[in-house]
Amino acid sequence: MLTLITFLPIAGGVLIYASRADAQRARLLALAVVLAELALTAAMYAMYAASEGGYQYVQRADWAAAFDMQYLVGVDGLSAPLVLLNGILGVAAVLVSWNVTERARLYFLWLLVLQGAVMGVFVSLDLILFFVFWELELVPMFFLISMWGTGRREYSAMKFLIFTFLGSAFMFTAILVLYFSLPGAERTFDMTALIWKDLSDLIVPSSLVFGGFLIAFAVKLPIFPLHTWLPDAHTDAPTAVSVMLAGVLLKMGGYGLLRINAGMFPDELVAAAPLLATLAVVNVLYGAFIVMRQTDLKRLVAYSSVSHMGFVVLGLASVGASAGGAAQFNAAGLNGAALQLFTHGTITGLLFVVVGLVYERAHTRHIPDMGGMSRQMPLIAVGFMIAGLASLGLPTTSGFVAEILVFLGTFPAYALPTALCAFGVVLAAGYILWTAQRTMFGPRVERWDGLRDATPVDVGAMAVLVIPIFAVGLYPALVTDIFDAGLGPIVARLGG
Amino acid sequence: MGVTARDLFLVSPELATTLLATLVILADLLFRGRRGPLVLAVVGLAAPVALSVALWGDVHANGAQTAFGGSLVVDKFALFFKLLIAGIAGLALFASLDFVRRFHPYQAEFAGLALYSASGLMLLAGAADLITVYVAIELATLPVVALAAFTKLQVRAIEAAVKYLVLSAVSSAALIYGFAFLYGATGTVQLVGELSIGQVVAMGDPALAFGGTGVMVGAVLATAGFGFKLSMVPFQMWTPDVYEGAPTPVGAFLATASKAAAFAIVLRLFYAALGDFSPDWSAMFAALAAITMTVGNLVAIAQTNVKRLLGYSAIAHAGYMLVGVAAVAARSQEAADASLGIASALFYVGGYAAMTLTAFFAVMAISDAQDDHRVASLAGAARRSPFVAGALAVALLALTGIPPTVGFMGKLFLFNAAVNADLVWLALVGVVNSVVSAYYYVGVIRLMYLRDPEDASPLPSPLTLRVALGVTSALILALGLWPAALLDLAQDAARVILT
Repeated sequence: MLTLITFLPIAGGVLIYASRADAQRARLLALAVVLAELALTAAMYAMYAASEGGYQYVQRADWAAAFDMQYLVGVDGLSAPLVLLNGILGVAAVLVSWNVTERARLYFLWLLVLQGAVMGVFVSLDLILFFVFWELELVPMFFLISMWGTGRREYSAMKFLIFTFLGSAFMFTAILVLYFSLPGAERTFDMTALIWKDLSDLIVPSSLVFGGFLIAFAVKLPIFPLHTWLPDAHTDAPTAVSVMLAGVLLKMGGYGLLRINAGMFPDELVAAAPLLATLAVVNVLYGAFIVMRQTDLKRLVAYSSVSHMGFVVLGLASVGASAGGAAQFNAAGLNGAALQLFTHGTITGLLFVVVGLVYERAHTRHIPDMGGMSRQMPLIAVGFMIAGLASLGLPTTSGFVAEILVFLGTFPAYALPTALCAFGVVLAAGYILWTAQRTMFGPRVERWDGLRDATPVDVGAMAVLVIPIFAVGLYPALVTDIFDAGLGPIVARLGG
Repeated sequence: MGVTARDLFLVSPELATTLLATLVILADLLFRGRRGPLVLAVVGLAAPVALSVALWGDVHANGAQTAFGGSLVVDKFALFFKLLIAGIAGLALFASLDFVRRFHPYQAEFAGLALYSASGLMLLAGAADLITVYVAIELATLPVVALAAFTKLQVRAIEAAVKYLVLSAVSSAALIYGFAFLYGATGTVQLVGELSIGQVVAMGDPALAFGGTGVMVGAVLATAGFGFKLSMVPFQMWTPDVYEGAPTPVGAFLATASKAAAFAIVLRLFYAALGDFSPDWSAMFAALAAITMTVGNLVAIAQTNVKRLLGYSAIAHAGYMLVGVAAVAARSQEAADASLGIASALFYVGGYAAMTLTAFFAVMAISDAQDDHRVASLAGAARRSPFVAGALAVALLALTGIPPTVGFMGKLFLFNAAVNADLVWLALVGVVNSVVSAYYYVGVIRLMYLRDPEDASPLPSPLTLRVALGVTSALILALGLWPAALLDLAQDAARVILT
């Protein structure tokens, strides 16, 4: 099943490219593929037995036995929601690409390969396979940004590539060190086995291996000061790619932190918690203050991503509580971090959809030029407000649940950093509402009179993302129960 | 001792290649300037391939054997390289069936010389004493000098040929000087079998003259000599110049077949004969590997000529392969682990051949077709000849080391071996180098796909060239997805070196 989920988009993309379909047919075919993919992921998610927990849908085959490489896929409670998220965002990404006509078949090929590669990252339980998919995702991203992007697209694409590649260089070395540190017969790349091994005595200090993974994931998440590729990539990428980038690619970083850094190196994570808490504060506040200064709508959303990913880091830092005795430690922080990955994926995905729709019509992202757009485009304004309010953490939306969990989990360990990060929520309220006022509300601007409101396709793209925002906001257990099942073993090892 | 039929069978791949070369040139006397002899050269290479496969089966059943009084060894290691070299020669000749028209009426001589050189390289892979090594190297080198100057009216081609000749003479001098030290210190020239250098070295004092010093001086001088063939820094200077000046297929041959054979003999000499000194030379090769890949990658960034770019890329990749030489497993006892370095180097040599041949073939299809070798000549190639551009893009991603290509798998195994040998720092240098290389490799992809061509007319390429490109780029992807196919062969071949 997971093999199908991973390779369906890739195979679909190749078929679309190989067919002689024109742009119109190509997008319909792509839509069919992502809808099938969504159905598959939803079925997988619905049938995941949270009460049993553990790895499910596991498939295992030898790949290169001489090097102990396996084809090993499976999901646990940590990855299942992210697989679903990727399924949801795939649909949104195709829907916002409805007007792509330039080399459409190639475009959908790369978009679908991207989705498949990200799926592969989430379902791989073998480190080498994980790394292969991690790297594979670079190729479609590079082409999507550089060929269909805007502005300094080549520069941004190259920057994205080099940053990620450099990060993965450290991960690659860390993986190999991890493998060879084990005694001969126990050597494995199997993550499900590695989390039970004693990784404290490696051929290089464990903290360096931990650091290798941390750098790779910090680039992706991104964590200050490795974030500079993100605003460029976001700004210059086509809308659908921004959606995927914010929606799932950043989540790969958070997922890696939870799966590998927290799952395999709990002691090192506890030791690094003060550093992570500090970085989280910088991420949240620095990101939020930079947002205030932005005049480009897309760049604004991009920096808000940096700010919001700080909460993920803060949630991870909550494990610091277990340092002085396990009494204070609880699972809320990690759960919040995981949930933040999911919710931010839908919320920021929606924000980028809306920004893309506005740009498509107004051909500008310059905020001072905008204003009063809710009069011409009421539906798009509604989408923007939903995303914005969820982003600032309004109760009944999913953003609220994630952030409150993070704060609850981390406060016992790091009161001051948590308080500072909570201030980030205030800032978020400020910049979101201020932006809404400058773009959607205010007096009618004549210049935008001719602009159409959202088409049914656009509404579809927004609806796909609005539904999970409210669903999770009103009934968080939909996702948190599953995350709980996945994070349980990690929490147990930390003594919570 | 006389020559037996058995000896002839054991040397049959080389013999068949040499005979084929002669036949091709003779056939050309009958079909002056026609294509027939060239086709014969390509098809005829099936003979050495088939004989090597037969020998593989024989060796598999009866174990490694020596011929001609111990001057030639036939084991899986040698056969791995013989198959590889014959395959490279066949693909390169097939791809240049149209390219060689420009050498009219000397096409057959071009193919014949390439085959002579290939037979020398095959002999080198199986050389069992230092004398044979030297003879094989000369046999492989001299035809290439002529090949490099094949477009003899071009100044650059002459320059390339003279440079190659002079520098290979210098390197041969270093090599023979080193061999003299090895012989002086150990009293034998044998690399394998009874009373080989390895056994004398293992006996230690007093069997060794001058203690270990003589052996090490010899080894260092031999490294300098081989370094030329490997394009190893600091003996790499000729590489970009010769690649640039020589006809493109010659560059492809030098970059793949010639380098592969040089690695074969370096691996055999150091692992089989000088294994007891491995702590010393392992550190030397680790340093050389790091320097070579860094120099190659950094200088490649600044290149504006596509063939020079490939030259520096070849230097960088020599550095990666040297990681495999340096990665002597120190901590582990198991046989599979001990041969990891050799096996990964063999895998990389094979994968690298597929990547580099693809790149050179694409240059033949795009740059040579326009007679413009600026990197800029590749601009907009995706529109002018999408197939070739696609193949080249695959090759460049593979050279960068991005999955799912053989380049990624090769680097994975190499750096794997490095970490296994406690060379974590070298693995890190290697992966960071891959990041640097991404800049110029992906830069070429960017040029092909994102820039508008100066001249937008379609650029047709001959069918044979496209078929060759299809084969090599399919190999890149297939071995990236199913590395076990080549890896198992490489491991089989690697094990014999250590026994």
